[in-house]
Amino acid sequence: MADKKVISDTPELRARWGSFAWTKANAAKAKEIRSRYPEGRQQSCTIPYLDLAQRQVGAETDTQGWLPIPVIEFVARELDLAVIRVLEVASFYTMFNLNPVGKHHVQVCGTTPCWLRGSDEVFRACKDKGMVKGHTTEDGLFTLTEVECMGNCASAPMVQINDDNFEDLDYDRTTAILNALAKGESPKPGTQEPGRHTVEPVGEPTNLAAMQTENHDYRGEWEKTA
Amino acid sequence: MSDFTPLADKDRIFTNVYGFQPWNIDAAMKRGDWDNTKALLDLGNDTIIDRIKASGLRGRGGAGFPTGVKWGFMPKNPTPERPSFLVINADESEPGSCKDREIIRHDPHKLLEGALVAGFAMRARAAYIYIRGEYIREAETLFAAIAEAYDKGFLGKNACGSGYDFDVFCHRGAGAYICGEETAMLESLEGKKGQPRLKPPFPAGAGLYGCPTTVNNVESIAVAPTILRRGPEWFSSFGRENNKGTKLFQISGHVNRPCVVEEAMSIPFRELIERHCGGIRGGWDNLLAVIPGGSSVPLVPAAQIMDAPMDFDGLKELGSGLGTAAVIVMDKSTDIVQAIARISYFYKHESCGQCTPCREGTGWMWRVMERLRTGDADISEIDTLFQVTKQVEGHTICALGDAAAWPIQGLIRHFRPELERRINEKNGGGAPMMEAAE
Ligand SMILES: Cc1cc2nc3c(=O)[nH]c(=O)nc-3n(C[C@H](O)[C@H](O)[C@H](O)COP(=O)(O)O)c2cc1C
Ligand code: SF4
Ligand code: FES
Repeated sequence: MADKKVISDTPELRARWGSFAWTKANAAKAKEIRSRYPEGRQQSCTIPYLDLAQRQVGAETDTQGWLPIPVIEFVARELDLAVIRVLEVASFYTMFNLNPVGKHHVQVCGTTPCWLRGSDEVFRACKDKGMVKGHTTEDGLFTLTEVECMGNCASAPMVQINDDNFEDLDYDRTTAILNALAKGESPKPGTQEPGRHTVEPVGEPTNLAAMQTENHDYRGEWEKTA
Repeated sequence: MSDFTPLADKDRIFTNVYGFQPWNIDAAMKRGDWDNTKALLDLGNDTIIDRIKASGLRGRGGAGFPTGVKWGFMPKNPTPERPSFLVINADESEPGSCKDREIIRHDPHKLLEGALVAGFAMRARAAYIYIRGEYIREAETLFAAIAEAYDKGFLGKNACGSGYDFDVFCHRGAGAYICGEETAMLESLEGKKGQPRLKPPFPAGAGLYGCPTTVNNVESIAVAPTILRRGPEWFSSFGRENNKGTKLFQISGHVNRPCVVEEAMSIPFRELIERHCGGIRGGWDNLLAVIPGGSSVPLVPAAQIMDAPMDFDGLKELGSGLGTAAVIVMDKSTDIVQAIARISYFYKHESCGQCTPCREGTGWMWRVMERLRTGDADISEIDTLFQVTKQVEGHTICALGDAAAWPIQGLIRHFRPELERRINEKNGGGAPMMEAAE
């Protein structure tokens, strides 16, 4: 099982987050989320509400965000659920941070397809920027986590940093992205392979060449069917 | 090369799979999506199901269950108090799998039109698309595409002017491979920990909120409108008997050009790699082994897979499986023990913990794999490990236990000499490991 998460609860935390409530914009979002599920099934909002709450904490702290215990209690109140029901969800899913993280959460995929294509080099680049797995750098800029397959295996190796993926990495490309982030820039997400668009074979197209230049409609070429 | 006929562009369903063109509804409609969808619905529920059965479509989420047959299990007369649901599995977390992401971010309207057609056929009230939490940008696209379809009147009340009311909702997960298992997905959708349910009851009897539910993979649903438009015979003209249709293959690892590509089912491995991936890195003599269907299927050594047809039956004959058609290629530079040990770590990390053989077994298997990797084991432990995989396999609530066992079995079956070599090199290794838990 995933490593157990430590949940901290201190008077300081309570003082800082005890009065947590949705911002106006997030209150509207929460209402819209609630409308997706049938009457009486508000428990289905648990994951979306925790995500929204984590993002709000992130916006207030200029980090990716996390879920202090008073915030989890707030979500439980919003949904009229026992706190334990919400807490056990928050601790089950890997994307909920139960401890503070840095401004950029650097999540490097280490699963076999990424490893075959050089994820060790991506980790080396992170290490050379002072990152240690499971920790935040002293300047609060980066938190490094090793994650499992992120569904980008045909453009491996990859890293997800907050909301964006960077693919087709090597040591230098990773370093360039981290340097750009450290300078406050926004490096271009997606594949870092020159000339590659997404997950097509690099180089001469092997299929769907027409699509590269126009929004081709193939229906004119279909054989007539019964 | 073989006498296999490669798929022509005009027969590709996912023409925008690489995202060279916009995903939005106007661009998608120019490519043929949402083209008189009402006419497809006018075929009637049972005709749609019959045609999907006739097409030979088998589920694209890994198990390969016939899709039309599955839709036919749903009740014919659902009531407003107990409506039926379609849940679309976009959890895509099996290592190697990366196709549903491309459908969602580049061709989302194929999925949404498919949701309506499939949901209508099985008399469902709504579809929930459960997308893995890490697909953040992809979910943004999906939410926007859903809004577009509502704006045009294609979804919602009187969808496409058919007189049928049908809603589609997107639900984001938050990081847990196990939520791809269909009953864990339902638990997660209900706002709980994603722990699989005991079956029976099966979801078609009691699924989401206790109501009749069908869970289908993204690709299974997204191909349905094109099958109906072009006819089941068109779809079944590709692939061998019992292995019909076109399929998104995802090739990763040691090929010259990794990619996602739609091809005809049963394409020979060599043809797939030569035609679309620029060959094996370092040439065909450099191929060591292939995991042909995502991390949970056993590996196949080079000699056996080179000319094998890439389909359900062809790979089953090799003691492996097509799974999600996530093809992980390994050349001779690969530390094959480490490659499989890392997969064992994955399953240990992802076990939901509710069955003892899986919770304890995945950790135990991974620790022995690590010692086999370094050679710090006893020769006898190879057999012990194999026996433990057999004790986990088939003895758990869900198939994650099997998925953790099979890769190790494949390694021992095909690479035992390599395991023994490492141990012998370390001169006999340490004492056999006894402890069961961490
Ligand atoms: C541990 C585990 C993980 C799974 N992950 C996925 C997944 O990510 N996507 C998927 O479509 N099916 C996944 N499945 C299979 C589903 O349970 C289910 O069979 C499938 O979604 C049915 O769709 P289909 O009939 O269209 O293939 C998984 C199964 C298991 C046991
Ligand atoms: S087999 Fe593993 S993942 Fe599946 S229900 Fe049991 S403990 Fe959970
Ligand atoms: S293994 Fe890294 S994205 Fe799939």
